[in-house]
Formats: sequence, structure tokens, C-alpha cells
Amino acid sequence: MSFSAIFLQLIQNLLVLLAAPLLLGWVNQCRAWMQGRRGAGGVLQPYRNLIKLFHKDAVLANNASPLFRVTPYILFACMWLAAALVPVLATNLPLSPAVDVIALVGIFALARVFIALAAMDIGTAFGSLGARREMLVGFLAEPALLMVLFTASTISHSTSLITIVETLAHKQFMLYPSMAFAAVAFLMILLAENARVPVDNPSTHLELTMIHEAMILEYSARHLALIEWASTLKLLAYMTIGIALFVPYGIAEAGNWGGLPLAVLLLTLKLLLGGAGLALIETVSAKMRIFRVPEFMGTAFLLAVLGLLTHFLLEV
Amino acid sequence: MFASLDILPIDVILGVVVFWLVLGMSGLVLRNARQITQFIFPLGALGSLVLAIAALPGLSEVNIAILPLGLPDLPFHLRLDALSAFFLLLLGAASIGISLFSAGYFRHMKMVELGPLCLEYHLFLASMALVFLADDAYMFMVAWEAMALSSYFLVTTDHDQPEVRRAGFLYLLIAHVGAIAILMSFGVMHGGHGDYSFASMREANLSNFWASVAFFLALFGFGAKAGLLPVHVWLPEAHPAAPSPVSAMMSGIMLKTAIYGILRVSFDLLGTQLWWWGAFALALGLVTALFGVIFAAVQVDMKRLLAYSSIENIGIIMVGIGLTIIFHTSGKEALAALSLTAALYHAINHAFMKGLLFLGTGSILHATGERHLGKLGGLIHKMPKVALFMLIGSLALAGLPPLNGFVSEWLMLQAFLLSPGLPQPYINMLVPIAAAALALAAALAAFVMVKFYGVIFLGQPRDAGITAHDAGLWERIGMLCMVLGCIALGLFPTFVILHLDFVTNMLVQSSLGSSAVQSGWLLLTPIQAERASYGPLILMSIIVIGVLLTMLTVKRFYHGRLRRGPAWDCGFPEQSARMQDTAEGFGQPIRQIFEWFVGVVRKAPTPFDKHPHFHSEIHDRLWHLIYVPIKRANDMIGYQIGKLQHGRIHAYLLYSFVTLLALLAFVQ
Repeated sequence: MSFSAIFLQLIQNLLVLLAAPLLLGWVNQCRAWMQGRRGAGGVLQPYRNLIKLFHKDAVLANNASPLFRVTPYILFACMWLAAALVPVLATNLPLSPAVDVIALVGIFALARVFIALAAMDIGTAFGSLGARREMLVGFLAEPALLMVLFTASTISHSTSLITIVETLAHKQFMLYPSMAFAAVAFLMILLAENARVPVDNPSTHLELTMIHEAMILEYSARHLALIEWASTLKLLAYMTIGIALFVPYGIAEAGNWGGLPLAVLLLTLKLLLGGAGLALIETVSAKMRIFRVPEFMGTAFLLAVLGLLTHFLLEV
Repeated sequence: MFASLDILPIDVILGVVVFWLVLGMSGLVLRNARQITQFIFPLGALGSLVLAIAALPGLSEVNIAILPLGLPDLPFHLRLDALSAFFLLLLGAASIGISLFSAGYFRHMKMVELGPLCLEYHLFLASMALVFLADDAYMFMVAWEAMALSSYFLVTTDHDQPEVRRAGFLYLLIAHVGAIAILMSFGVMHGGHGDYSFASMREANLSNFWASVAFFLALFGFGAKAGLLPVHVWLPEAHPAAPSPVSAMMSGIMLKTAIYGILRVSFDLLGTQLWWWGAFALALGLVTALFGVIFAAVQVDMKRLLAYSSIENIGIIMVGIGLTIIFHTSGKEALAALSLTAALYHAINHAFMKGLLFLGTGSILHATGERHLGKLGGLIHKMPKVALFMLIGSLALAGLPPLNGFVSEWLMLQAFLLSPGLPQPYINMLVPIAAAALALAAALAAFVMVKFYGVIFLGQPRDAGITAHDAGLWERIGMLCMVLGCIALGLFPTFVILHLDFVTNMLVQSSLGSSAVQSGWLLLTPIQAERASYGPLILMSIIVIGVLLTMLTVKRFYHGRLRRGPAWDCGFPEQSARMQDTAEGFGQPIRQIFEWFVGVVRKAPTPFDKHPHFHSEIHDRLWHLIYVPIKRANDMIGYQIGKLQHGRIHAYLLYSFVTLLALLAFVQ
């Protein structure tokens, strides 16, 4: 573990932390454009929201337990770790050996369990409704994500994210049929896990359709700010995982500082395109009924398993 | 450390067994409930500790002892090898906390019950230790039956309730059906030369057919004890009926005696193995795991929920064993060692986490007198310490990093990922599906644990009449032991795996040890560092640093103003505890998705009902598919045989005469 690697890890930690709200701002702005609106406040609006929330007085429900108060911090730390782990710029991150793709899915699950528990803590109708729905989405999304990652892992014979990215980036450009299945499944998981349309609507407080928003209804001020920030980090983490798995080209190799500017440029371009694509999906689709969600997630799961099966049958 | 005194580990273990028996007997003699709970049970825990310490050197050496007890010419053979030592270690380490907890839990029992209970409890411990030590079929069956009977009496502690008696009877029945199958399996394995010692079974050369017969008899017999499908039905009945420390002991440790039996028979006693045994065990394990977790998700009784979760975890252990057999028979020894390590690791993990959760339900029962999830809620305010312990146990059982449940699941998934290249193409195709099913079961476990923890500890109390207080000192110490076990197993997997190596070396002649620690003890690397690595301690410290850093930063730059008020709930003014999710409500999506699987019986009110009442019940379809027909057939046969006995003396004389004729013809 060299000094430069640690330095790179710290830079990535800071970078994802600061850039994550920007990605959300970009997605929101794109969506506004596509829907013929001017958009509120441009791409920097999420930062203003965070600052506003950090200035407010926190209000806690009378029967909130310590679990409720500590959850935003755990959520934030988990998502920060997840976003910092994905090799987006370079492939020598010192943290990476400690957390492979299975552990990464585990970290997402840990965050999910904590936010669901916190939602049940106050004992309101909406909180437990949100928790139940979140766990419902989660129990199908988690194995599906695992299967997508397994497809990439069996191709590269490793569950380490770095090895996966290096293998996929440096192989001759080759179309894996299994990765095509995996890509579709991953897109569906990304939509569900980040509470986007058609599974959930991030900008609604229409009570009966909420999932994520229902869970965080009781949070305010700094706690809410941390949760919102964590959500943007989660979106960034998922986008970068998608980029790392399916379009990893252009990533800087270990110790290749010269390749870094190009890597930053390419990554920005990919994220801009990905964000616009996400906005497009959200614009052209409508939200599903909650009982269609298990079908949607089940489809994603089956596609992911099919991808892995295709790999075992055709590509080994 | 024993070598210098010339005492073998097996002698120490036998000493502990005798010590437990003496403790149990003294429970009958003592006349003071305080003495029993304050001295006998903690002394029993001390015995557990000594057992665990003595089992450690037993991992690396083989001890043999012959007890001059038993029948003439048929002494008890005992043997301590790596496999026995590992399970003895599990027994000792997990029962420390349970015995300490019992010291507090049984405090309020009447003396009449406490004496026998103390005897049964320690007899149960001693017989489990003897099951692990037995080296001949005779000793094994004696210990096995002693274990079944003592646990039966423990289950029926509250025998004044009819459903407890019924649960106990079901348990006893299935335990004995299983015991018969095990006995028959030993009969097949000893090969017909009349020597029932395990040593001669290892020598016997069975044909593939008879080896398969022995394997499947053993799988059925031990499966009945472990709760594998379809002989799982006693588990969700007996676990809620038993006192909580006994549930913890049965679920955490006794189920593992069955795992021990399956491993002993299939890897040690039977010389040959066939790959399709492994495929069968793998499929059975997966079905059991999914069945258990889906049924756990729809339960409303907290101990029954945990019992179904035990079925799930036993299924996961069986998946590991099945995978090991497949790899072992395909000559992939390193992978066999990996999946066996995962199975053993999950066995010891489950002992700690399920033990902890069952103990926690004991404290809740003590404090509230309520087992039904629909009446609990908000206990985190009244029982903060128990709530913290149970949170750790729930997270561990949900398989979340950095706790112990995740380590074994991680190892198991690694074994699946490395499976391409098996010689059997069908298995190769089934492996991804099996991995997907395992991942699904693990994800559902998280759902179950959020329901379990959320409904019991969070929200508002659902029944205003229920009062609660935190657990007493002994109970807290007992739970703390289990929590420490969960954390240690989660954060230091490399140390555990170094000890598991002795077992994998013995069973599949390969081990992970050398490669598992190649990147230092911080990183767990089962095969090669570039293929997969996991560092729970690093992960844990980064999350903790992240949390602390965020807290400090927020504290530094934030004004810190905070006020309390009523819950917001979208501005809805009327809020009552009945508006939260109930346990049924939380499990409703699962019931909806798996409705074809979990037989639901609903009684919905019509629009004209004056007193509308909605009722829905979950049924185990297997009960109607298998057990009810068997019972009917049994009744019918009994009825037909009954016809023979109508009390007329000349008919009986005729029977004797016909029998005599038949025997004469047979002898001729």
C-alpha cells in the first residue's frame, strides 16, 4: 500500500462526497428540460437544499429512540464508503481488498436495514408502511444485484471490484451476451434501489405511493440533510458501479498519474450521459402500482439469473 | 498445557461430563431455589468454559478412550478427533452464555420444578457432549436417546398447558422416527460382521448401493433432528413451547448434533461418496432454507418465527455440506475445503446468533409475559440493554457485514462462484440457480429480521396493558457472552478458519489455512488475494470512522438546536398505536407473493356482518400432504388389525395354530 494509493483514496473519498449532489442536480435539471420546465435553481439546487436543511432546527418525535438519531450517520457512512470503493478514476484503491462486491452489497443491505428500522421507530402509519415496502423492494433487488455482480465476477474470476474492472476494461472489446442480460437487470435494480420512477417517485409526498419518502417523513434538519446526501451518494455509487461493469473503458491504471485527467474527463462524460438517460427514463415512464413492483423486481432477478446462466452455458 | 500433567483433553472433557451430571443430581438434593440458580447454573457455565478450552487442543490430536461401562463385552468407545473437538468447542462456547442466562431466568420457578429441571438441563448438556465423543454405534445411540429424552422433558416444562404437551409429543415422536433411521443406517454400515464400533465401520467396504442406503437413512434420521424438510414440523412447535434458554440450547446446539452426525457418517464412516448425494443434499438444503425463511416472514409468534429461521439456517448449512460432497467427489479438494469451512462456520455462527435471539425472547417473555408480536412494541425504551443486544443478534442473523452471519454467507457464495468446471454439466448449470436461491434466502432473512426487531422493539407499545423492565444481571451477562461471540466471529474470521482447518484436513484432506491468511490476519482470502478478499475489521473501522467524522463535523458546524414534538406523520392529527404495522401487516407482501406456497386460509366478513371479523391463518401444506395421510393410513391399519381381536377364545386358538403351522412350514 503505497503513499500515492492512500492519497488517491482520500481524493476519491472527498470527490464523491462533494460531487454526489451535483449528479442529482444534473438529473433533476435534465428532467426539467425534458418536461419543458426551466427547472428550479439549476444543477446546484441540491447543495442549496442541503445548506438550508443544515441551518434549520431539528425536530424529533417525542418517542424517538437513540436508534432513530444514529441512523442518519450510519446511513451516510455506509453510502460514503460504498461510493468511495468503486474504482471510478483509477484501479489502485487501498480500501478495495477489504470490501469485495459481495461485501458491497452487504453494505447497501446494512444501510437499508437501518433506515427501515428507523422508519419503524416512531410508530406512525407511514413509517412502517415505508419500511415494509422498502424491505419488499430490497429482498428482490439485493439478490438480483448480487447475480449481476456474479456474472461479472465469473467472467473475471474474481469478486474484487478492481480485478473485475481491470479485466473488463483491458480485454479485447467483446460482446458478452450474459453482460447484456446483466445490464438490463442492473438498470432495473438501479431504478428501484434509488427510489426512481417507475418504482418510486423521489419528488412526491403523495402519501399512498411513497416508499423512500415515507420512511424519512419524521426526519428534519441535519438528520434529513444527511439522509438526502446519502441518497445522492447512493445514486452516484450505483451509476459508477454501472459504469465500472459495463463501460469501464478509459480508467487510469495503477500508478498511472498521467492517465488521470483523461479518466476524469471520460468519467464526467459518462456520468452526464447516464444522468440524462436516467432523466429520460423517468420522463417517459409512469409510476407503477405497488403490487406491480414485485413483478418488476422479479423480472430483474430472473434476467440477472439468466445472465449468469448464459455465462455458465455459453462462455465458460 | 495438559501434556505436562499427563492429562489428555478427552479426560478433561469426560471430567466435565461427570461434573455436569453431579451438578444435575445436586439440583435434586438442594432444597433452595436460590442455591440452584445462583450456584449450580453458573458452575455449569464454568464446566462449559473448561470444555471449550479442552476441546481446543483436541482439534489437532486424536484421543481414544474405552469406558468399562455399558454391557458385558460391549464397552463404550470414545474418541476425540478434529470433528468431535470442533463440535465440542461449539457446545462449550455457546452454552456458557446460555447457562449464565439460565441462572437468572429460572430464578422465579417453583422448587418442585426447579430440581428436576436442573437435572434435565445438565443431563442434556452431558449427553450432547457424549454424542460428539461416541466412537461406537451403541454409545452413540445411548447418548442420542439420552439427549432426546432430556430435551423432551425440558420442552414439556410447562406441561400444564395442553399445547405444550402436544408439542412435546410431536417432538418425541419425530425424534424416535429419526433415531430408528439412524440405527438402521448404523446397521447397514457395520457390514454384517457384528462389530458396531466406528473403527470397524470405517473398514467396511460397502457397495455403492448399500453406501447410498446408509447415507440416505442417516440423512433422514439426522434430518429429523435438524429440521430438514419434510421432517421439520416439530421445530416450530417445540421451540415456542420450551423455556427460552432451552430453546436457545436446542436451536443453537442440539440441531448441530444432527449436522455432526451427517458429517460423521458421510465423510468419516462411509468410505465412498457419490456426487449425486451432494446434489440431493444441496437441493434439499435450498428448499429447506427457502421454506424456512418464507414461513418465518409470515409468523406472528416471536419464538415460532425464530424456529422457522432455524430451519432456514440448517438449510444453508446443508447447502454447504452438499456442495462439499460435490466438490469432494469431483476431486476439487481446495473448493471442498472452502465450502466445508463455510458450512462449519455457519454452524458455529448460528449457535451464537440464534442462541442470543432466543435468550432475548426469554427476557422479553419475562418482562412482558407476551409472545405474540401483535401485543409488543416500543420495548427499546423500556429494555434498552436487551434492545441493544438483540439489535446485534438481529443484524448478525440478517447476514449483514461486519457481523458473523455475513462471513459464512460470504464464504458460501465464494464457493458457488468458484464452481465452474465441474465434470457434471447438469450440476454446472444448476449452480447459478442454487446461488440465486441462496442469495434470495439471505435477502429474505433481512426482511424477517427487520420485522422481528421492528415490531418488538420499535414503534409504540401495541398493548397499553403490558409493562416491561430490563433484564436482570445474570440474563444480561448471558446475552453479553453471546453478543461477544457474534462480534468476535464476525471481526476475526482468519483466526476461526485456522482452527477449522483441522476439521477440513480430516474430512476432505485439504484446508484453507495457508491461503486464508496469506495477506495477513486482517484480510480473509479463501483462495487467492486477487480472486476474493474480505476484511471485516477494516470495513468496521471505516464505517465507525465515517460515523464519528460525520458526527464531529456536524457538531462543529451545526448550531445543535433540537426540540421534541409530536410525530409529524404528514400532519395527520390522530395517531394511535393501532395505526402502525402489525406483524401480520409487515409480512403481508410476502404472504401475497408466496400465496401458492404458504397455504393461507381466510375468513373475510361480508358487507352485512354486524360484527365484522377478519381471520386468516397460515398452514404448512406439507402437514396436509404428508402427515395427515400417514396418520389416516395408520388409523386404518390399526382399525383393520383391531378386527382380528374380537375376544373370542376359539379364534385366538386358531391364530396360534395357524402361526404354528406357518412356522413349521418355514423351518421345513
